[in-house]
Amino acid sequence: MIKEKDYLNTIADQCLSKAKKLGSTEASVLVMNSVSENVNIRNRKLDGSTRSENLGIALTTYIGKKKSSISSSDLNEKNLDGLIKRCVESTKITPEDELNSLADKELYFEGDKNLDLYDETILENHQKIDYLNEAEEEAFSKKDIINTNGSGFSQNKSNFVLANSNGFSDGYKTSQFTAYCEVVSKNNGSMERDYEYSSKRFFQDILKPKDLGAKAAELALKKLNPKKIKSEKLNIVFDKRIAKSFLSAFSSAISSSAIAKGTTFLKDKLNEKIFNDKINIQDKGDIKKANGSRYFDSEGVKIKPLDLVKNGDLKDYLIDTYNGKKIKMQSNGRSSGSTNLYFLNGSISFNELINSSKRILYINETIGRGSNLITGDYSVGASGLMIENGEFSYPVSEITIAGNLNDIFKNITLANDLEFNYATNSPTMLVEGMIVGGK
Amino acid sequence: MSDLLKNTSLSLNTADKIISETLHKCDDGELYLEDTKFETVTLDDNKIKSSDYSTDTGYGFRAVTDDVIAYSHSNEISEESLKKSSENLKSTLKSKSGTYNSSIKKTNQKFYKDLDPIETKSLDSKIELLNLMNDYSRSKDASVKQVSASFIGEKKNIEILRSGGELLKDSRPLVRINISMMVEKDGRKETAVFGVGGRQSYDEYLKDDSWKKLCDEAFRIATTNLKSKPSPAGEMKVVLGPGWPAILIHEAIGHGLEGDFNRKKTSAFHNLVGQRVASEGVTIIDDGTLDNRRGSLNIDDEGTPTEKTVLIENGILKNFMQDRLNARLMNTNSTGNGRRENYKHIVLPRMRNTIMLSGNYTQEEMIKSVNKGIFAVSFGGGQVDITSGKFVFNCTEAYEIIDGKIGAPLKGATLIGDGPSSLKEVLMVGNDMMLDPGIGTCGKAGQGVPVGVGQPSLLIDNMTVGGTQL
Repeated sequence: MIKEKDYLNTIADQCLSKAKKLGSTEASVLVMNSVSENVNIRNRKLDGSTRSENLGIALTTYIGKKKSSISSSDLNEKNLDGLIKRCVESTKITPEDELNSLADKELYFEGDKNLDLYDETILENHQKIDYLNEAEEEAFSKKDIINTNGSGFSQNKSNFVLANSNGFSDGYKTSQFTAYCEVVSKNNGSMERDYEYSSKRFFQDILKPKDLGAKAAELALKKLNPKKIKSEKLNIVFDKRIAKSFLSAFSSAISSSAIAKGTTFLKDKLNEKIFNDKINIQDKGDIKKANGSRYFDSEGVKIKPLDLVKNGDLKDYLIDTYNGKKIKMQSNGRSSGSTNLYFLNGSISFNELINSSKRILYINETIGRGSNLITGDYSVGASGLMIENGEFSYPVSEITIAGNLNDIFKNITLANDLEFNYATNSPTMLVEGMIVGGK
Repeated sequence: MSDLLKNTSLSLNTADKIISETLHKCDDGELYLEDTKFETVTLDDNKIKSSDYSTDTGYGFRAVTDDVIAYSHSNEISEESLKKSSENLKSTLKSKSGTYNSSIKKTNQKFYKDLDPIETKSLDSKIELLNLMNDYSRSKDASVKQVSASFIGEKKNIEILRSGGELLKDSRPLVRINISMMVEKDGRKETAVFGVGGRQSYDEYLKDDSWKKLCDEAFRIATTNLKSKPSPAGEMKVVLGPGWPAILIHEAIGHGLEGDFNRKKTSAFHNLVGQRVASEGVTIIDDGTLDNRRGSLNIDDEGTPTEKTVLIENGILKNFMQDRLNARLMNTNSTGNGRRENYKHIVLPRMRNTIMLSGNYTQEEMIKSVNKGIFAVSFGGGQVDITSGKFVFNCTEAYEIIDGKIGAPLKGATLIGDGPSSLKEVLMVGNDMMLDPGIGTCGKAGQGVPVGVGQPSLLIDNMTVGGTQL
């Protein structure tokens, strides 16, 4: 099973004291351990099982304002000694950077850890297989579901300790249970695939297997015999699983490293309107059991709840210590990025959203990288469904959608159906007037 | 003699016993040992950001019977850990029984030298060169606002222990030099990335100040894009430049020809062997045997010697790319395409260097023949949906073609197409086959492996271009 805190602490202490002895003035170390057990099935038959055990350290040493890092999975003492020596030697020849430092002491996390991020449940492989069989059974009960790309279940448990020479030392266990089912539909020579997945910290919170299989089948069936449409300007509704990608682009664009370097289309936009008045975005690390919750970031800094966007105005950045100094702002505990990032609900229902105009393109899958964060240009390949007069009319594929995030952000309308299924979450989203590339 | 067990408490003898005892009722399997050293040195925003060095050591123990794979990996290389893994594998396969085929082809082929590229160039000289690249790039023009450059080096030693005591080894160097640049002029910002790499020492890529060419190329692309106009949207003719744009072949055709998707019948190509899948004149190979190339391997990650595999010959589908498992289930032989990112991952059939061979046309003839279309010179990322065959690409350098002439640069163009039909739309194959600079990483099932691509210029009759201009 996974290593307990005492074991990880001992290694962390050894690394820090060795680094100090060799001449480092400050140091920070992460010791992590994880064990995951996965099974995969395909066509209701066992396809494979994988057991993964990972143990490793990552050490950063400082000599004044010089800095260097090593990491290793080989914790054999002789090997570690050699690596720490190498790290300190590299530090000596790395040029100074006056902004290099550990995080400020007064920002470190202290206090209770009561967010329920660890589920003790241990599932035997046959229980995982039963779950997956039930999901695929349900999918195959639908006409035209002819194959699967496989279904999988993974149980992951991790523990870590983060410690530094300023006296910070803390860590905690987390767990993650993930199930997915990917099925293939076929009809009249058209073959399509789609999937559903569910990933939660607690086993009891993941989707019931029948619902997982049914959803995957429904999505794959809806895509059959797609049409390609003409190039035109259309109002587009993004399914929740796609809508959240706009939040991911937004969070990358407001990271303090991008802001400090000027490599983002949102530079110099603090306190300016970047969305319309109705849009609010929060990032909160303290939601019980949530996938994105954590107590502190990779520098030990406590996670401050953030109102990133209020009534359309950009109110904050995601800030770490180094880049914070560059832009003269204090770290808000985001050296590991966003935590639970979400749009607050809009005021209209899903039905009202898809009835907001006569013809709407509903997008539930995109492929390709999408956003250029420097210019804000957005362009992806997409497939989805045409909605006419509020009714799903026919599937659409092999099209592109394009625009610029500056305009897209101002043209967003959100439904009131927010759920916390991932770390980053959005209600269903309407964007008016995007360019569709087709025939 | 095992080199990778030398510093561990596990003896080769004990390992052999556990392997044989675990695999004797299985169709296939092995103990895969790996030791990787990895270094990145990065300059960003005028500063050496840091130097990072890491080592990763571990094993992956695999047992395969029929079509079921049991896998267990750990970075604790000990008798106790291996026994625990063995129990795990046996429990997964307890209801199965197979016949172990221990024979595996032997080779002495070497396509790269056994050297550690991290150690053959000192940290000092890497830092010095990164600073030179930064200064040189910034001195080119006042519009250069950001420069980021890096040296990424790796040395990976692998050993494959098969049941019956067979031991296969490979030792793989890999380097990459990258530069990215942001330019800003009249309120417009653009970026460009350029890099080179392969399985040899850094110095091979740095002769005669050739690092300057990397900076020049990144600057040229970024500056070109400053003048770009919105891309058109809709179907049109596309001319692809030689070299790196072959990632289109990799995505559109390559993935669909990997053995696993075809064994599972989820690839759009699974029933098309012997049939026409591309225009006449189109020949595509997957070659693991090119000297010092990023996608080359002496042996694959199952120990099979790599080879040059013909995938499509003159438009006709000839072969799929196979690892041992999919080859056995499809009654054929492994083509040496069994690869894994590292010991933490199972083997999958993966591409190596995927190349379309030259034809007879010149690029000039292609451009001249197009009334309205685009000329795509370089791509960023691409992606494919194997089942439906749809793929996309983001152009990082593209131009409009009007009345047979190259026009203004285009920004933000995405190409989308259908894999099985796109190669039937090839109208001309160029005579200028070129390999990519050595920068590709292919992602599949959460595993990234280094790959190469190559192609001549190509004229494609009809592809959908995604832009903002109707």
